[in-house]
Amino acid sequence: MAKAELMDFDEAIEKYEVVIGLEVHVELNTNTKMFCGCANEFGDQPNTNVCPVCLGLPGALPVVNGKAVEYSIAIGLALNCSIASDGRFARKNYFYPDLSKNFQTSQYDEPIAFEGQLEVPVASGKVYNVAIERAHMEEDAGKLSHVGGAGRIQGAEYSLVDFNRAGVPLVEIVTKPIFDSGSEAPELASAYVRQIREIVKAMDVSDARMERGNVRCDANVSLRPKGQEKLGTRTETKNVNSLRSVENAVRYEIQRQAAILAAGGEITQETRHWHEDKKYTSAGRPKSDADDYRYFPEPDLVPVQPTEELIEEIRTRLPENPASRRARLQQEWALSDNEFRDIVNSDLLDEIDSTVSLGVSAQSAKKWWTGEIARIANVEGKEISELSVTPEDVAEIEKMITDGKLNDRLAREALSGVIAGEGSVAEVVSAKGLEVVSDDGALTAAVDKALAEQPDVLEKIRAGKEQAAGAIIGSVMKEMRGQADAGRVRELILERAKS
Amino acid sequence: MSELHKKPASELAQMLRSGEVTSVQLTELFLDRAEKLNPLTNSFLRINRETAIEQAKHADELIAAGKAPSVLTGVPIAVKDNLTTTDAITTAGSKILENYLPQYDSTVVSKLRAAAMPILGKTNLDEFAMGSSTEFSAYGPSKNPWDLERIPGGSGGGSSSAVSGFLAPIAIGSDTGGSIRFPAAVTGSVGAKPTYGAVSRYGLIALASSLDQVGPVTNDVLDAALLQDVIAGHDPMDSTSLVDSLGQMADFASKTDVKGLRVGVIKQLASDGFHPGIKARFDESIQLLVDAGAEIVEVDCPSFEYAVSAYYLILPAEASSNLARFDAVRFGQRVLPEGNPTIERVMAATREAGFGPEVKRRIILGTYALSSGYYDAYYGSAQKVRTLIQQDFEKAFAAADVLISPTAPTTAFKFGEKLDDPLAMYLNDVATIPANLAGIPGISVPNGLAENDLPSGLQILAAAKNDGVMYSAAAGIEKLHNDKWGKRMIDFAPELEVN
Ligand SMILES: [Zn+2]
Repeated sequence: MAKAELMDFDEAIEKYEVVIGLEVHVELNTNTKMFCGCANEFGDQPNTNVCPVCLGLPGALPVVNGKAVEYSIAIGLALNCSIASDGRFARKNYFYPDLSKNFQTSQYDEPIAFEGQLEVPVASGKVYNVAIERAHMEEDAGKLSHVGGAGRIQGAEYSLVDFNRAGVPLVEIVTKPIFDSGSEAPELASAYVRQIREIVKAMDVSDARMERGNVRCDANVSLRPKGQEKLGTRTETKNVNSLRSVENAVRYEIQRQAAILAAGGEITQETRHWHEDKKYTSAGRPKSDADDYRYFPEPDLVPVQPTEELIEEIRTRLPENPASRRARLQQEWALSDNEFRDIVNSDLLDEIDSTVSLGVSAQSAKKWWTGEIARIANVEGKEISELSVTPEDVAEIEKMITDGKLNDRLAREALSGVIAGEGSVAEVVSAKGLEVVSDDGALTAAVDKALAEQPDVLEKIRAGKEQAAGAIIGSVMKEMRGQADAGRVRELILERAKS
Repeated sequence: MSELHKKPASELAQMLRSGEVTSVQLTELFLDRAEKLNPLTNSFLRINRETAIEQAKHADELIAAGKAPSVLTGVPIAVKDNLTTTDAITTAGSKILENYLPQYDSTVVSKLRAAAMPILGKTNLDEFAMGSSTEFSAYGPSKNPWDLERIPGGSGGGSSSAVSGFLAPIAIGSDTGGSIRFPAAVTGSVGAKPTYGAVSRYGLIALASSLDQVGPVTNDVLDAALLQDVIAGHDPMDSTSLVDSLGQMADFASKTDVKGLRVGVIKQLASDGFHPGIKARFDESIQLLVDAGAEIVEVDCPSFEYAVSAYYLILPAEASSNLARFDAVRFGQRVLPEGNPTIERVMAATREAGFGPEVKRRIILGTYALSSGYYDAYYGSAQKVRTLIQQDFEKAFAAADVLISPTAPTTAFKFGEKLDDPLAMYLNDVATIPANLAGIPGISVPNGLAENDLPSGLQILAAAKNDGVMYSAAAGIEKLHNDKWGKRMIDFAPELEVN
């Protein structure tokens, strides 16, 4: 499908008011599934974590996972929601082969958490107060893979269903419409999702890895001419599985809808799919307000009635809220607003925090993560979280630099080896022979050789022009194939020249 | 009561313990009768000779070692075919499960196995328990041993005809609106629906989750109480299962004195719509109770007028969702349509071919009742009626210990008589449905012969969790009848003969 006509973004913002709404699904990292005892594990052999309940076999009945309820309450509290004293499950009825019972056990008019709000800062320094409508519990569906037909359901030869994911606990967080974000709408959308991710990660209620679908976002976008009261027709873009995609998809929908409206067209109410590779959305299923899921209270489950004590107990366990944590870290790390925003916008707060806690200075940690690692991610077109590099790796490399075992260039090489999956830092360093030559004998011989080859330079050094040593350092490093500590080489040159 | 096969389970159990008979002998006796007579009655969909004999041997070993786990150890039993069994195909009376072998045992069946009660086979029922006559079974109707031209009641007509024809000493049924009690009434046997949640529904192929309850089908009240003691109890696999024990029903059933018992006669279930013979027997029973010192009070339950209407909205709504899982994806029949076998078309073709007319009727009704725009008028109103009926019962049970009514408006009707008139069929359950809507226990005991010299039933209801009170009252009324007639009503039944 070809890309649609797009209006210039600034022009679109000029002409239309943007209204966005975000639905974020968070997969909880409980040991077991939402309604049965099966392991909640990603990546196992298909259909190995299944039982009569999550396979929807005749006669099987659900039982609520108490841990999932606690995690959901924690999410609700972190989003400043009220917690329902009588939360009810409901059945959402629709036929789809990845849905084992052909209804999803979810919550409808009585969600576990409702009416909250979250402060979300963006790069301009503006802080948006995003109103949360509800956070409700539900179960995930299984996973379909289509064989043949380019992996799409249309034209596939056959399709396979893996029910390992069926019944994995989810919390769906739904915002109220966000009206006033204008040109910052795309950025706000991604900052909001980032913040949700940060929260659930900090609380350890989700693995929060977007590339694995632990956090998924559906972005609703609609436009209306400035001054018009009536809301425009919205689209719901699905499959936005990275922070960058959230931003890009919202931006794209704004531009696409603006072009249609400006040409006198009408927006079709539908779900759309985001294609990160080609950066466009394509039409999915038409959606209407009459979509009928025939919700009714789940008769196989009793209401979830958390006690006041439980709610308060969970509240005391909540981690620091992200805003105050950010303020604290910025102060502890002594970073400027710009430097710190750089970190937040690159979504590297956790990584840098962990690296610093392993003894690395804030500046060095920042340098590695926002510098070399971000560069590699960018080159590979990946999220940093997808790279196999950990704060421990960075700390180890940094320690080797301090100990004089690696120089800056070798350290970068070691890092790229780790990211390429060649092993741990120590393994890469030893396999590639990256460690600097610290044997003064070998270095001294190389220095002597270089001095002998460039007697004019030697004269200059002896005459007190120590900066001339640079030329000798270059020769020595070349001789040592870069595996020498430049500082130590310089010391040796001065020592030998004067002897 | 000379013949062994006509003895109640309580006596058979005593003979097993005293060594007068072995479980293998008893099991073979009933298997022989079942194999010989089933061609007449079509009570069983499957007779499991091999596994039953094996289980009987195991029971005999336990009894010989003095380790019988239950009073009923060694007593063979028949099980309605909507309870899953890993060693026998379980069809729920439907084509869609024609060769379905479940992967797990229902909790009730596990309890029977733990009690070492040999399972003779699986009994017939209206498809997915939808019906009052077994005429909607995909495998042909069961016959009433009193008159093979007549229905044995439904949906549990297989169990009622097996027990009243002495093809099995006792059986398991399930009751959603009267499916245990109505068959008991028209076959002169005893059938009890325990308090909702007293017996686990795990592994009961759901009809309507909020109404279904498993219970005993027997030839006397003590046997029903003994069997409820075996199958009742909290099940962590069923969220709606009651946590606290309701006590030993057998103890209650041995208290037969009705002196001082406050017996409520439900005004709305004492006059209109009941055949004259039914009404006459009912009035005689009231006189028997008065003579025995019981106190008769009239109770008013005005909302009962709406019970059948509410029931036929709630039941189809839940059933339409419960039956969605029969989609050919994971188990059961799979019917390939002509032309392109897309998933939607395979699901549709399977459900079209696999479901019978009554199931389709109720799925359509339920889908409609839950549709957006109709939900409040139908499902919502029905739930309100349900609350009103519960309130009627609350008031009634403040004035009376138990409530009585005829179980059904008529004696057994002939095959085909009501097949084309769903409403007439639905009205059979007018007296039994309120108990399901309120979740209270109910039992039907023989109440003398009425129209066509066929059995009629007396229903006794008690407040929720007061199953014990119900059993005491039932045992008392049973004793009054047995004393009056000199034998059990079932002993008036004609002998089944194979020509
Ligand atoms: Zn499972």
